[in-house]
Amino acid sequence: MATSYDLVVVGTGPGGYVAAIRASQLGMKTAVVERSELGGICLNWGCIPTKALLRTSEIYDHLQHLDDFGLSASNISFDIEKVVKRSRGVAGQLSKGVTFLMKKNKIDVIKGTAKLAGKGKLSIEADGKTQDVTAKHILLATGARARALPGIEPDGEVIWTYREAMVPKTLPKKLLVIGSGAIGIEFASFYNTMGADVTVVEVMDRILPVEDEDVSAFALKAFKKQGMKIITGAKVAKVDVANGEAKATIEVAGKSSTETFDKVILAVGITGNVENIGLEEAGVKVDRGHVVVDGFGRTGVDGIYAIGVACVEKIAGVKDAHPLDTSNIPGCTYCRPQVASVGMTEAKAKEAGHDVRTGTFPFHGNGKAIALGEPDGFIKTVFDKKTGELLGAHMIGPEVTELIQGYAVARQLETTEAELMQTVFPHPTLSEAMHESVLDAYGRAIHI
Amino acid sequence: MPIPILMPALSPTMEEGTLAKWLVKEGDTVASGDVIAEIETDKATMEVEAVDEGTIGRLLVDAGTEGVAINKPIAIILEDGEDKAALEGFDPGDASKPSPSPRPSPQRGEGDVDDDAAQNSPSPRRGEGGAQREGDGKVRGVEPASSTVAGKAGEVPPAPENGGDRIFASPLARRIAADRGLDLAGINGSGPHGRIVKADVADAVPGKANAKPQAAPKADTKKASALVGSLPDPRLYYEKGTYEEVPLDGMRKSIAKRLSQSKQEIPHYYLTIDCELDELLRVRKELNARGEADGIKVSVNDFIIRASALALMKEPDCNVSYAGDALLKHKHADIGVAVAIDGGLITPIVKAADTKGLAQISAEVKDLAERAKDRKLKPSDYEGGSFSVSNLGMFGIKNFTAVINPPQSAIMAVGAGEERPVVKNGSLGTATIMTVTLSCDHRAIDGALGAKLLQAFKRLIEDPLTMLL
Repeated sequence: MATSYDLVVVGTGPGGYVAAIRASQLGMKTAVVERSELGGICLNWGCIPTKALLRTSEIYDHLQHLDDFGLSASNISFDIEKVVKRSRGVAGQLSKGVTFLMKKNKIDVIKGTAKLAGKGKLSIEADGKTQDVTAKHILLATGARARALPGIEPDGEVIWTYREAMVPKTLPKKLLVIGSGAIGIEFASFYNTMGADVTVVEVMDRILPVEDEDVSAFALKAFKKQGMKIITGAKVAKVDVANGEAKATIEVAGKSSTETFDKVILAVGITGNVENIGLEEAGVKVDRGHVVVDGFGRTGVDGIYAIGVACVEKIAGVKDAHPLDTSNIPGCTYCRPQVASVGMTEAKAKEAGHDVRTGTFPFHGNGKAIALGEPDGFIKTVFDKKTGELLGAHMIGPEVTELIQGYAVARQLETTEAELMQTVFPHPTLSEAMHESVLDAYGRAIHI
Repeated sequence: MPIPILMPALSPTMEEGTLAKWLVKEGDTVASGDVIAEIETDKATMEVEAVDEGTIGRLLVDAGTEGVAINKPIAIILEDGEDKAALEGFDPGDASKPSPSPRPSPQRGEGDVDDDAAQNSPSPRRGEGGAQREGDGKVRGVEPASSTVAGKAGEVPPAPENGGDRIFASPLARRIAADRGLDLAGINGSGPHGRIVKADVADAVPGKANAKPQAAPKADTKKASALVGSLPDPRLYYEKGTYEEVPLDGMRKSIAKRLSQSKQEIPHYYLTIDCELDELLRVRKELNARGEADGIKVSVNDFIIRASALALMKEPDCNVSYAGDALLKHKHADIGVAVAIDGGLITPIVKAADTKGLAQISAEVKDLAERAKDRKLKPSDYEGGSFSVSNLGMFGIKNFTAVINPPQSAIMAVGAGEERPVVKNGSLGTATIMTVTLSCDHRAIDGALGAKLLQAFKRLIEDPLTMLL
């Protein structure tokens, strides 16, 4: 294996390995460093295996409502061990896929933990041995991990992080989920559907706090209807673990109460893996757990970058490289019903000084949604009144995580309401609701 | 005080040239009128004469140097009594500033409009001025004579960056631009492949900021991007190694730039007419038989040139150049003749062809074509003109359309004379037919006017004896 590269990527999550492949395509001699499994957290312990779990809970939910579809079955049950096994299998398959992609693109895979060791140098430690590699460019893609709360230390037994929550040995009877962001809500949704008694505590005044307020409100109602207990504006002051049980102290509006759970999932956000890689010594700026970069992933320190295809293209001198517009990154939460969004919420748009026009279309006006038996949810669009710019789109409902890309493309291409209205959406599809939402913003919705 | 010799502008459109060859060396004594260097431009190789006398003190630019900008000092002449010591601390660039500094020609000052459209194609007025001034065929290599020309050439704006009519802009950018009264044509796009996006128009001030800076595109003309305009670089589509990359020479660049400008800015329309050639062929045969002793051999093309010139005299409203705020009605018909040469084409001009007989036209065209092939034409031989003829008949081409050669307003594309069936008085017969297609600048020549010109041309061609009148 060589010890000198054009580019070394630290971390092989979807940020790192994709950047490495792009670099290789552009003719750079490339290596990746991974301390654990190829594919990183996402493939192995995040996005993908949770989707496998949620697929199980989705089917399980359908089975509870077979009668609605004219079907019947008896003795419906599940084996949690098999559910987890399938999830691990999916993750394993994808990790192998990344191994294959590295080989195909002639990217060296270096196992170990990397540390910046002076300009253009990395020292990689594995099994007590250290090896040095030189790289003209170093791309940090070290990812993130669950944030901890003071006084609530995950122990892997009673207090879980995503990692343990993904491989339960048994189904908890009474579960507390702290945090109602995407990760918390997805686990809450899974365990609730599988039959656990789930309580979600959120410090903000609404769940899914980054989403549009209308979406948060609709999700709250839907989850409550599914039997979830949700406490907003609340704080888990402490969790005492004793006898394999967790005694949580929950504070709401100055009042404190305690409740016992057999498991707790801590999902109060993530923090970047920025420690022990020599960032400070190298002069790389870190702000609240994240490496500070510009649109091309440049840290300001020569030769050190943090993830992105745009970044790799810039390094390689691609003429038409464009910086990443983070406002066009869609967000998806795979709860039931699903939540997806891109761009600004109505409140954010107003805050930014936009005079807005909004449109909303409920899925119960959509033929396909009714046929699927999933008419709950809506699509909301936010436009700038003056320019017709699609400022944001917010969806809750069936398969909306698959629909949001349409609005992401629209935003990337800077279409206005006019092009969206002129576009023919196939019939009958859920996507027709996207069209209707735009029409509604201009008082032209048909099926409402 | 030493006198700098500046890179001369050999034509109004010249921006830079290649110093092909030095004909003097340091220490040589030169007198006014001595040829000191050869300079290659996009179209021709020109000799540069000294206008001052003295000793060549220093050659500042090596022979073979490409892309020497006009007005750049290329050598220093020492005056009588000066020796090399005078060169110490002498900055030719500095010294060149006071006297031969470029200044706008009077024509430009009064005539040209300051908007982009008028600037992007060389104004006919400028072209004419240049041609007239250089009418004696001599080009001055040094001040002050060169200053006028240099000044004008220096101001010739670069090729527009947008290669096509279509401006790539997002719908949102278009709407914001429309709301704010911004002209998208003046805005640089920062999106993929130069697409204009919201960010580009959001901060633009109408008429000003974010519009293409005047100075920047000048440097850009040297880049390939300027010559492919806003179209994607073709290199993106082909794998390396599957083609050989041949850098553009000056002539190719000039053709690309001028004809792109012409097709983008001049609203072309086309008129096609068939001309019977039998009588002309008969007359030509007779003329050539009689002139054989004197070595006279006129071609069909010579007839076409004369017929064009006479037709333009009959329809003088077609013998014009569009000058933005005026039409220039030319007093004579200067007919350009497209000549294909190795690596390109050039359109030398038969001046006042309306005053010249067939034999003279024939002799002039032969001379021009030969000098064109040797790249020995002077700018005065090809700049200006009021009309052009492009003949591809010899290749059997039946009919085609040509691109107007600014500052002219029309060009005639001539196809092959061939025997074709014709219906006359209800019965079928044959005749030798030549199809010609006239491209007209609609800003200067309206349809009916162009049609009349073509009609006059057809009459002359079909009844060639009238060309004697």
